This record gives sequence, C-alpha cells and structure tokens, in this order.
Amino acid sequence: MAEAEESPGDPGTASPRPLFAGLSDISISQDIPVEGEITIPIRSRIREFDSSTLNESVHSTIMRDLKAVGKKFMHVLYPRKSNTLLRDWDLWGPLILCVTLALMLQRDSADSEKDGGPQFAEVFVIVWFGAVTITLNSKLLGGNISFFQSLCVLGYCILPLTVAMLICRLVLLAGPGPVNFMVRLFVVIVMFAWSIVASTAFLADSQPPNRRALAVYPVFLFYFVISWMILTFTPQ
Amino acid sequence: MATTAAPTGGARNGAGPEWGGFEENIQGGGSAVIDMENMDDTSGSSFEDMGELHQRLREEEVDADAAAAEEEDGEFLGMKGFKGQLSRQVADQMWQAGKRQASRAFSLYANIDILRPYFDVEPAQVRSRLLESMIPIKMVNFPQKIAGELYGPLMLVFTLVAILLHGMKTSDTIIREGTLMGTAIGTCFGYWLGVSSFIYFLAYLCNAQITMLQMLALLGYGLFGHCIVLFITYNIHLHALFYLFWLLVGGLSTMRMVAVLVSRTVGPTQRLLLCGTLAALHMLFLLYLHFAYHKVVEGILDTLEGPNIPPIQRVPRDIPAMLPAARLPTTMLNATAKAIAVTLQSH
Repeated sequence: MAEAEESPGDPGTASPRPLFAGLSDISISQDIPVEGEITIPIRSRIREFDSSTLNESVHSTIMRDLKAVGKKFMHVLYPRKSNTLLRDWDLWGPLILCVTLALMLQRDSADSEKDGGPQFAEVFVIVWFGAVTITLNSKLLGGNISFFQSLCVLGYCILPLTVAMLICRLVLLAGPGPVNFMVRLFVVIVMFAWSIVASTAFLADSQPPNRRALAVYPVFLFYFVISWMILTFTPQ
Repeated sequence: MATTAAPTGGARNGAGPEWGGFEENIQGGGSAVIDMENMDDTSGSSFEDMGELHQRLREEEVDADAAAAEEEDGEFLGMKGFKGQLSRQVADQMWQAGKRQASRAFSLYANIDILRPYFDVEPAQVRSRLLESMIPIKMVNFPQKIAGELYGPLMLVFTLVAILLHGMKTSDTIIREGTLMGTAIGTCFGYWLGVSSFIYFLAYLCNAQITMLQMLALLGYGLFGHCIVLFITYNIHLHALFYLFWLLVGGLSTMRMVAVLVSRTVGPTQRLLLCGTLAALHMLFLLYLHFAYHKVVEGILDTLEGPNIPPIQRVPRDIPAMLPAARLPTTMLNATAKAIAVTLQSH
C-alpha cells in the first residue's frame, strides 16, 4: 500500500514498481514443524522445502521421520554432550522402543497358571508413567527442561535395554542353565549402566548443579525396574 | 436522523418486539427485513462509526501483516481467494480462542507449582534425614521438628516397590488376579497413604500437634528401615537373620517415629493409643512384606524339615518292611535333591 501511494507521487522513478512488490522480500516463516521445541518456534536455517509437507509423498514423509529417529538412536548409542535430542525432540522413537519391548516381554496368556510375567499393557504403563513421574520430579526440583523433551530423552535411552532384551532372547534359545544366567546378567548390567550414562549426559545440564544426584536417582530406579523385568524373563 | 435512530433502535431491539415496527417505518418502508445497506448512510461524526472505522483499519493492518503467513496457510489449506481468506480468519480466531481456553484450564488444574516447595531439598539434607530416621531421640518434653518434604518419602516408597518386585521375582510369586507390578505399587503406596491418613485421624482425635504433610514425611522416612531389612533378607534367606533385623532395624525406626509422636501429644492415654497403633502397624507391615512375598524360604524349610508329624512315625512310612536298609540313604538324598532343585528353579 505504501508503494502505491509513493510511486504516482514520485515522477522521477524510471520504472514504476508494481503494487505489493516488496511483500515478496519479507522472510516467510517456514511451516511450524511437528517436532521441535515446545516453547519457541524453530526457524530452520536450511530451506529444505519450499512447499508444505502435505504435498510430498507418504514415502518421503516416513523416510524423513525414520531418519530423524535413527539419528537420535546414534546419539543415544554414542552419548556425547549434545542437545540434538533436546532441540529436536520427538516421541516416535520412544513409542517404537516401548512397543518392541512390551511385545518381547509379554508371556503367552493362554495358560493362567503362571501368569506372573508382565503383560503388554503393564510394560507400556510402567514405561510411560515412570517417565512422566521422573519428569515431574525433575521439574519440581527446579530443572528447566520441558515436559516432552524429558519424555523424549528417557524414552530414547531405553534403546540399550531393548538391545539387551534381544540378546537375552537369543541367549535363551541355547537353553536354561547357570552359565546362561551369568551371561544374561552381565549383558543386562552393562546395558543398564549405558542407559543411565546416556540419560545423565542429556539431562544433567538442565538441573541445578547441586541437585543432580536427586534428579538422577529416580532415573536409576526406573531403568532398574525395566532391567529386572528383562533379566527375569523366561519364555514358556 | 437515521443515525440517531439507529442506536436507539438498537437499544430498543433488545427491549421487545413491540418497538421493532418503529424502526421499520423509518428505514425500509414496509419491508419486514432491515436492509443492511441502508445502515451505511451515516455521517462521520457518530461514535459508533468511528468505532467501526477503527475496527476496519485494525483489520486491514492485521491483514497486511498476516498476508505472508496467510499466503502460506492458504497453500497449506488449499484455499485461495477472498472466500478462503475469510474462512481462514474465522478458523484462526476459533483457534486462538480455543488455545486461550485450553491454556487457562491447563494452568489451573495441572499447576504443579503447588508441590514445588515440598521438593526444595539438597542431597546432603536428604542423606542426613535418612540417617536420623534410624536414631530415636530421647527428649520428649518439647515438640520435635519434622521436616515437611515429600521428595525423600516418595523416593523411599518407589525404592520399596523396586525391592518388593525383586523379592517377588526371586520367589516366583504367582499373583492370580492382577499383576506383579500392580500389586507392589498398590501395597507400598496404599500403606504409605492409608496408614498416614489413619494415624493423622487418630492424632486428630488424640489432639496431637501434627499436620498431614508431617505425618506423610514421618512415615515415609520410617520406610527406610523396611527397605534395608527387605533388601538384605530377600537375598540372604535365613529366618533367624530376618527376625533379628526385624527387631533391631524395624524397632529403631519405629521408636524414632514413636518418640516424635510422643513429644507432640499430651496425656498418657492418648500417647499410648497413638503410638501403640503406629508401632503395631509398622512392625506388622514389615512382617507381612517378608512372609507374603517370599515363598522360596517356606518351600525349602518344608522340604528339609518334613511335614509336621512326630519323627517316630516317619521311618515306617518311608521304608517298606520288606526292603533292605540300603533304602534309608536314598530317602535322605531325595529330600536334599528336591531342596536344591527348588533353589535352582527360582533362577
């Protein structure tokens, strides 16, 4: 509108600029992504898409999400002090891991004699409510991490324990026995320590420095319960 | 004239239908519907008109600002053109209103800041309170201080849940209606919250100076003794050891809680009632936790000692009269083998 008023009043311009020409120079914010920081919208520095993501094929959407999940898996397996997990949080990875773990841990519910093992829903509830409790605890202790970021980190750090579950199942194919048990115990302890180290590397910075131990202890309990469920799993 | 009539007509429209005809006569002359176009015939000095003008200017500003975003939104929603813009504005306003309502409701109900002061602790404080919960204090003449925090008790209850799970798994407990995890959580939280409430109610009856938060904290820290005893005795299966720890560690933590309550109650009957109830419940809970979820101990003892019949009757039952005396060692070996098999089976 401003240009429309100016150009007729200024006869000295060589070429009259069309109306609303300057609007294209305004930086357009990207699509608000479905993953990312919950408080501040992200302005991604790379213009990957110049059209909305609704028009792309399903294959490319799935591959993009899977690649993001895979990248975060790598960050969990080789924990360094980075905040990729915190900055671009998403809950796909934790969901995949939780469902995998729950599927592998459930017993055949056909026989009701010995149904002392966890069912699918039980594992699910333990993982998600445990993560929610730890997040609330760390927020109450004065941490400055958002709810979903913390859920994301705790969910992704279950990856080593899921790997331990896979190894345990393979080892159990060889047949029960004390050696079998020692091998499984060793694997589960190593993966348990890995999970705690990974989650501490991501969560520690968000806590006030003198209260880190108070925030890490419930994480320790949480992964202990999951490790215990994995270790005592015996297939029928 | 039309302008002066319009606000009054507007005011009268709310009064009742009998005034509506007055406006019709002025405006359209015989038409039952008030024509909106005629309403625009106004001079610029009306108060309402200025308001309308400002609103239009503001809307235009908002439009200019949001033109870029709307252009992008339009592509996203697939709507272009003026009609699309109007519906987009409506949708945008609905979204804003809904978001405002949702965030208001969320901040009202999910405000965890209510609990924030109870979690304001340092690790050194938690450690010292854990150790103090095992040391009964002698002076009962003036009220002892109870720290009103919830972090320590909550973590202790969760630790007890974890230890209970460990015990149930090693003893291969079978839960028929329910799950292991549900039973453990229900037991521990039920004890903490239920017994706290019950003792608080009794304290109210006995006129003791204690608040609900302090009772929760006191009982929560009293579970530290339970955690220690169960952790040790779920791994070392000796009955005598359990009874010793039950008396010693359980007794110490109970006496600490009793001392605190006595210092806050006046009158011997009230003290006896309150402290007797708490001591009984606390010690019996430890006993219950050990015996209800620890079946391997029972199994081994049964196999080793045999059922409860006088020993003189066992020999003729195990050995038929015709067989040689070499049968005797085999029956003893069978009992030992069964015991070992039970132990191995649990792993």
